[in-house]
Amino acid sequence: MAHIRAHRVLPGFGLSLGFTLAYLSLIVLVPLAAVFLKTITLTPEAFWQTVSAPRVVASYRLTFGTSLLAAAINVVFGLLLAWSLVRYRFPGKRLVDALVDLPFALPTAVAGISLTALYAKNGWLGQYLEPLGIKVAFTPLGVLVALIFIGLPFVVRTVQPVLEDLDTEIEEAAASLGAGRWQTVWRVVLPTLLPALLTGFALAFARAVGEYGSVIFIAGNLPMVSEITPLIIITKLEQYDYTGATAVAAVMLVASFVLLLTINGLQGWTDRRAARNG
Amino acid sequence: MIARMSRRTLALLAALYLLCTTAPGTHAQTTLLNVSYDPTRELYQDFNAAFARHWKAKTGETVSIKQSHGGSGKQARSVIDGLQADVVTLALAFDVDALNRNGGLIPADWQQRLPHNSAPYTSTIVFLVRRGNPKQIRDWADLAKPGIDVITPNPKTSGGARWNYLAAWAYALDQPSGSDASARDLVARIYKNVKVLDSGARGSTTTFVERGIGDVFISWESEAFLAIKELGADKFEILIPSLSILAEPPVAVVDKMVDKRKTRSVATEYLHYWYTTEGQEIAARNFYRPRDPVVAAKYAKQFVNVRLVTIDTVFGGWDKAQRMHFADGAIFDQIYAK
Repeated sequence: MAHIRAHRVLPGFGLSLGFTLAYLSLIVLVPLAAVFLKTITLTPEAFWQTVSAPRVVASYRLTFGTSLLAAAINVVFGLLLAWSLVRYRFPGKRLVDALVDLPFALPTAVAGISLTALYAKNGWLGQYLEPLGIKVAFTPLGVLVALIFIGLPFVVRTVQPVLEDLDTEIEEAAASLGAGRWQTVWRVVLPTLLPALLTGFALAFARAVGEYGSVIFIAGNLPMVSEITPLIIITKLEQYDYTGATAVAAVMLVASFVLLLTINGLQGWTDRRAARNG
Repeated sequence: MIARMSRRTLALLAALYLLCTTAPGTHAQTTLLNVSYDPTRELYQDFNAAFARHWKAKTGETVSIKQSHGGSGKQARSVIDGLQADVVTLALAFDVDALNRNGGLIPADWQQRLPHNSAPYTSTIVFLVRRGNPKQIRDWADLAKPGIDVITPNPKTSGGARWNYLAAWAYALDQPSGSDASARDLVARIYKNVKVLDSGARGSTTTFVERGIGDVFISWESEAFLAIKELGADKFEILIPSLSILAEPPVAVVDKMVDKRKTRSVATEYLHYWYTTEGQEIAARNFYRPRDPVVAAKYAKQFVNVRLVTIDTVFGGWDKAQRMHFADGAIFDQIYAK
């Protein structure tokens, strides 16, 4: 301890760490612990039966599957957006920049209702998609669209500052050393952006897993097909099955936590690799 | 959801407001909070205004009634979780029973405290189809045919949807050689045709009416009339199946709450007012079937005579129906499991 203290320039380590722990406990850990406490009132068999029912399992698949896919799509297009916003000057740039944040600010229910109205078979977009055999509203595809919408700002906003710091000179240096365009992007730009992209992915994913408001309108909510896990939880609550609801919630929490931990680990690895190479 | 969210906010505000007004020394006026189910907005707007006039004339006091609407099950849960409702007016007795089972907010015999099983108005389940009935739908069996898109809410979250489901079941049982197996088969085939399963009746109305999804919407009779009144008879028509179910949406004073808030007398009078001629007229005007035979006769043209079964005779009451059909792992879940 004395050793650690000797190296610390700023005072107040004990105080700030103590505050951090207390604050996290109050805001995050206590509510989550309540979920687990309620869950353990179930017998192991009843718990397993609840969380492994076919309908519930189908909902995990939909929720985690579409969330991962939406986050992946957001990484690709979020990077593109961030790139345009940082590297190019065009009229209305500030406006576009502000637009990116809109999904943060909009109540998710508004997003859900507008997307549904848009993609329903009598909607602006739906009327053209439906004859092509593409059904968006009231299908898992609709869930994906909603999750892409709410997750977009996370990737753009995490990549943007890193991209701003990335000097164009580095790219020019790569080019002058004989790297092709593709090589420059692949070997120089992307490795630098990778940690930020992973953070954006993790945030977009986490947001999507917990999303309820926007999805519920566009999903159709058919059991086994388009029912998300948060809806299963709400359904259980509405049947006064509080322990069943917390059991499913606990599974969701653990799964999300493991996934996020993996992504964080991955990010640490890329950081270290970047440090080694740099 | 936005409507629902603002509704919840409203309910919270109402609850806060109630808390403030019950603080000692601020008894300016009495307020009641009525926690109701999804499609009764218009009904209670009308009824509350009439009751406020009635109460003013009778006692000289001003009463203001706040409303909260949502899926019946969710609304009951809000009350159990502490929403300060003086009265509940829900879609089915099962949800009011929940107030007794979870937290003992009302006595077990609540349904005997008012006439007609505490249901001052009734409704039934009908079909709403698009104008001209292009898919030639006549009865429950037609809903199970291939190529028919059916809209109904989720019976696990919506009270109205449970009535829908049970009406279909009762119809199948009533057929020659009808059995539990044939009923299950019909219901399973109907749900196979369901394209969107909203969580509440109002959500389903929106899906069918505004989004244009589905060929037939299994609906509360009142909700079907309302859709036609709001959107015009040139778009939709109501079909009455050969057999349906007598839906009895019950009302109850929440004893624990009215004793705490000292609103028992006005809350009780509020519910009794339903059974007066004026109350019954309001129900009929808002497309709910009145209990009073005189009022019923006056509105006979509006409400088509249809063979109605009851939950008690066909299903042995809500407890049994809930366990057999809607509990986790029960028949409704089974028809979706592959």
